[in-house]
Amino acid sequence: MEKKAKNFGYSIARDRQIDFDANNHDICKIVAKAEPTLNLCISCGSCAATCTAGQFTDFSLRQIILLLRRGETKDLDKEVSKCMLCGKCQLVCPRNVSTRNLVMQISKALYENRMPRLNLENGK
Amino acid sequence: MTFDLFVLPFFFGLLFLIGVLVVKYSRWIAMMDASDRVKAGMALFSFSLLKTIKEIFMESLLHRRMFRRNPLLGFMHMSFALGWLLLIVMGNVESRIYSGGHINPPYYPIFLKFFIHDKRVLPFEIFTLPGFFRFIMDLILLFVLSGLVLALIKRTRSKWFGLKRTTKHHSFDKWAITSLWLIFPMRLLAESFTAGIYKGGGFLTNTLGSIFDAVLPLEYLAYPAWWAYSFMLGIFFVTLPWSRFMHIPTEVILIFLRNAGIEQGKYPGSFSEIEIRSCPRCGVCIDVCQMNQAGNTGSTAVYFIRSLRDQQTDVQLNSNCMMCGRCLEACPVGIDTLGLRVGARSVDNKGIASDYSYLLKQPVIEKKAEVVYFAGCMGHLTPGVKRAMLQIFEKAGIDYTFLDEDGSICCGRPLKLAGLQDAASKLVAENTTKLLKTGAKILVTSCPICYKVFNNDYQLDGLQVMHHSVYIDMLVREGKLLLKPTALTAVYHDPCELGRGSGIYEQPRNVLKQIAEVAEVTEERVNSLCCGGSIGELAMNATQRNVIRDGTLNILCESQPDILVTACPLCKKTFDAGNSVVVKDIAEIVAENIILNKHQIITPAVNEPETCCV
Repeated sequence: MEKKAKNFGYSIARDRQIDFDANNHDICKIVAKAEPTLNLCISCGSCAATCTAGQFTDFSLRQIILLLRRGETKDLDKEVSKCMLCGKCQLVCPRNVSTRNLVMQISKALYENRMPRLNLENGK
Repeated sequence: MTFDLFVLPFFFGLLFLIGVLVVKYSRWIAMMDASDRVKAGMALFSFSLLKTIKEIFMESLLHRRMFRRNPLLGFMHMSFALGWLLLIVMGNVESRIYSGGHINPPYYPIFLKFFIHDKRVLPFEIFTLPGFFRFIMDLILLFVLSGLVLALIKRTRSKWFGLKRTTKHHSFDKWAITSLWLIFPMRLLAESFTAGIYKGGGFLTNTLGSIFDAVLPLEYLAYPAWWAYSFMLGIFFVTLPWSRFMHIPTEVILIFLRNAGIEQGKYPGSFSEIEIRSCPRCGVCIDVCQMNQAGNTGSTAVYFIRSLRDQQTDVQLNSNCMMCGRCLEACPVGIDTLGLRVGARSVDNKGIASDYSYLLKQPVIEKKAEVVYFAGCMGHLTPGVKRAMLQIFEKAGIDYTFLDEDGSICCGRPLKLAGLQDAASKLVAENTTKLLKTGAKILVTSCPICYKVFNNDYQLDGLQVMHHSVYIDMLVREGKLLLKPTALTAVYHDPCELGRGSGIYEQPRNVLKQIAEVAEVTEERVNSLCCGGSIGELAMNATQRNVIRDGTLNILCESQPDILVTACPLCKKTFDAGNSVVVKDIAEIVAENIILNKHQIITPAVNEPETCCV
């Protein structure tokens, strides 16, 4: 198997404009209330570097937190659903963010706030 | 005269209780899966019924597990359970003597001494049939009362009973226990007063009756005492179905269902409902729970189960558990506290979706070998463990393949512990395919979390699952690995998932004993403590985890060992951060001390520990 270059989670900044006013900032507040350690995150990307799912697909918790903070929550549910909850990120996090609970809280907040969801069962 | 108005509170209380129980039992039967109902029906006519009867006698009446925990605690519960049953049974037999052998109304044996004043029996005469029963009944009452005295002492001196912390009960439970406690002194008073008037009691009631007769106007007190006794019984029966004493009629059903081979199944279901109601809230699980150290006493098993029963579930409470299984081990009823927790979490986490379709796009590499090695996520996070295992395979000359060399797919256990069974089964299916394609005979895994799920939830036909500690033990016994003894003193930490979770205690110790001197730890084997890094815990913050970790390290390092050895990469990683002792995985210490032949030493001994225990 051809070894993929290690993705440290820094490759997400594409050249584009972000309209903060149009974004949904509520989800981030809900999540931060449920899991306050979200506020400790310094976006170092350690979680993304060690991620089990990240070895197979472009899943990155760092990216998810960034999008969450920006309020770009439109396709976030699809991203979060890739997590296997193995907990490696929690052990490497230098800021002691409760990453597993964070992922679950993001997923729950998106579900409970009636975001339009994709049909995940069919894997589409 | 075989009836008096005072029996009515008891009589209606009993009728009410039976009515409620019939409704509850039928509801549980209706909730059961059809297959479980068949199993339960079959069990009524099979040998498992004998096992059930034996277990009910040993646990529900004699309280064997309670005795093991603390003799005083065991005796207290036995005197109530066995004593009360004997009072009922022997009272019934005694009443038959006076009724010519036929069946009496239920209140008759209970209040027999009110209806029958057998003047033929002389005080302290025990060799006639009525005299014998009079003696026995007083003896049993004394037995129950001794338990009551202990129960009162336990209120202030719970440490004598092996309980540092006791359950904080709701006021409803306090009402129920007050009525229970008053039943027996009321019976004693009523029988003594009557014996004082008619001079026909046993050794206890007759003596007390004579004393009371000298100082009290018994003719005015006896009848109210019988009313009070009846009222206490009535109140207890009416409160029972909603109090913790529901465990009395439910535990028996739980034992029967367990022996019939019925498992928890779907949640909430009838089995989980029965388990929840079987909890007597004795509080034995509180002391063993490490959540106390982290200040989460409210999430210990007893309060968790109560929250389920009161239907006041709390996400935080359900999440705050390391799933170490210490409460499961301590529980005298044998309630599957972890299964209930997973069930409750499955309700909490309903909305969490999973999509692992990206895994299907991965190329499958087929490398055939005798042994397949699976390091697991935590194995990859502690590369030392992984390297040590590969070294061991090489030196022992094993034909192996490293399945997750390029990164593992999670085994699914973390998802399962979070109550996400559907998501877990997707990973189980994916891993099963990959594992079976290797055509191996033995699957060796470094992670006890993976080991447990491979064993319990995977269908791996023809593939024997082994934790690396067991596999190394096998290699040593087969002579494929020769180990070099060192002068180190070591302690071994039993990982929760490997020890209590899978019952593996001896193999890692056998291996370690060949290398180092293994010191005893106060809390080991089934009583082993959790390292605090558990993936079963969902919500606890790092500070609380560290408190638990340090508490465990303190106990492990009591004997000031040179090295702390464990068999779980996650435990190793967690303890390592504690910085109090050199921590090594069993694979690492083995890899460092392999001798190929008697004269050739491959690697030097373990470095001297740099730091010592705090």
